[in-house]
Amino acid sequence: MIKSEALRAGILSLMFLLVLLGIWHVATLPKEQAASANDEYAKLMGKGAVKTTGFPTPAQLGETALKHISDPFYDKGPNDKGIGIQLGFSLARVGLGFALAALVAIPLGFVIGMSPLIYRALDPFIQVLKPISPLAWMPLALYTIKDSSISGIFVIFICSVWPMLINTAFGVAAVRREWLNVAKTLEVNAVRKAFQVILPAAAPTIMTGMRISMGIAWLVIVAAEMLVGGTGIGYFVWNEWNNLSLTNVIFAILTIGLVGMLLDLVFGRLQNLVTYVE
Amino acid sequence: MAFLDINGLSKTYAGSDGKPFAVFENVSFHIDKGEFVCIVGHSGCGKTSILNVLAGLDQASAGVVVMDQREVAGPSLDRGVVFQGHALMPWLSVMKNIAFAVKSRWPDWNRTQVTLHCQKYIDLVGLTGSEHKKPSALSGGMKQRVGIARAFAIQPKMLLLDEPFGALDALTRGVIQDELLKICAATHQTVFMITHDVDEAILLADKIMLMSNGPGAVIAEIVANTMPRGRTRNGIHHDPQYYRIRNHLVDFLVNRSKLFQSGEGGDRPKQPPLVRPGLAIDASPIQPRLHGAHGKVTPLVVSRKH
Repeated sequence: MIKSEALRAGILSLMFLLVLLGIWHVATLPKEQAASANDEYAKLMGKGAVKTTGFPTPAQLGETALKHISDPFYDKGPNDKGIGIQLGFSLARVGLGFALAALVAIPLGFVIGMSPLIYRALDPFIQVLKPISPLAWMPLALYTIKDSSISGIFVIFICSVWPMLINTAFGVAAVRREWLNVAKTLEVNAVRKAFQVILPAAAPTIMTGMRISMGIAWLVIVAAEMLVGGTGIGYFVWNEWNNLSLTNVIFAILTIGLVGMLLDLVFGRLQNLVTYVE
Repeated sequence: MAFLDINGLSKTYAGSDGKPFAVFENVSFHIDKGEFVCIVGHSGCGKTSILNVLAGLDQASAGVVVMDQREVAGPSLDRGVVFQGHALMPWLSVMKNIAFAVKSRWPDWNRTQVTLHCQKYIDLVGLTGSEHKKPSALSGGMKQRVGIARAFAIQPKMLLLDEPFGALDALTRGVIQDELLKICAATHQTVFMITHDVDEAILLADKIMLMSNGPGAVIAEIVANTMPRGRTRNGIHHDPQYYRIRNHLVDFLVNRSKLFQSGEGGDRPKQPPLVRPGLAIDASPIQPRLHGAHGKVTPLVVSRKH
């Protein structure tokens, strides 16, 4: 039953996709030229008798996608790099910023979660800093760091630090008292308690925070790269917009979506790994 | 000096109205080596609070606990605790849950030693074959067995059990009770156990401590189990002593436990009297049926107040 439901859902998804592509295809069909008076003008402009809406058809997109995918890693100067290279830059920035954030947020979250005093002391700072759009930090970052690429990493850092910090603190604070009591009666030292009791107990919550952080980081990197320019998938989108190549823009958008989905899948798997059933 | 000596133990909290609120007061008793002691009383009378103090998880407001000539201050591997809600770590398998305790006790042991030792205790509680299951895959009874194995595996000088069978069905409870009896007999373990179940107390304990209702609970009396060791679940019902003890305990819980409340006056014993229900008339021929044997219960040492 479940299997057949999965199958039916798959078929339905495919149908939705086909309908969507169909509408897209019809909407972007080349239109017949209405007036012949403009023929000469059209000839002057070096175009044929057909006029497109400017929006690419599904077929054109497919063609572009094939072209990009068949050669993802070419590098023909600063404004013409393969999609693979651009994605690589973005992923490297996200990875670095995210890793730095984890290095800061998880130990700090541990401390906050264990000490109600520090939690209360730091809470106002977290509450004020958390809702700030990460891009608002960009000017400050550019001014102080003076390097656009590192500024991008900093922006990723600042946006992914909060969910991880808050979730870690929450997870650590919510560790069941009885597990801590077991550790106490067994005279377990602080380090062992942290790594073998509190960490595994809080791991599902921490991993949820990391998953949220990764999602946000991937959202933010596109905007950040549009701002700082140079490399990355965000820069690619902006560059193609400047080239008025909507086909490339759409292709990039789809790529961003797919990569985001893959990242989330990876973290979903990690989450399953550390989740326990009580 | 007894193996475990508890003297004048009290636990007081600051109440909401600023007045101190006593959970239990002036609790004094002792446990000899190898003795199995149960404490019986109504919910909320502070049994668990006493156990937490003995375990070192909580501190008493007054009084001292001395075990093996050393004052109890903080938790120690010398006292193994079986918690009410088994308290297993759900991310670890049965083996690893026990190994966690074993590694705490003997940090220098290598992996083989730890595994062998754990296996011994897993076999002891009858969980052979479930070593690599996670607690979520075990029934309530099996989880509690793991908790017991974990506590036994560190070979503590004393075992503290906080209502370990409270959440189990009668059948499972019976089986594990038998196993606990067997293990304790084999290891000469000193045990302090909380229970709600009068029958369980009679089966397991050499000495049953009756706790009055809180707040300000006291140990009202200590009932010696007049049936010799080697009691079995199926056998104790045939001993006439069983009903005498049982009636005495039930009578206490139903009628007398509330008479010791704070401020009620005189009969709050400093050193609780030791009672041996039924022994005085035990010389007489065995009564065939003892239903309604209330009248046969020996005169109570603690006089009833009216």
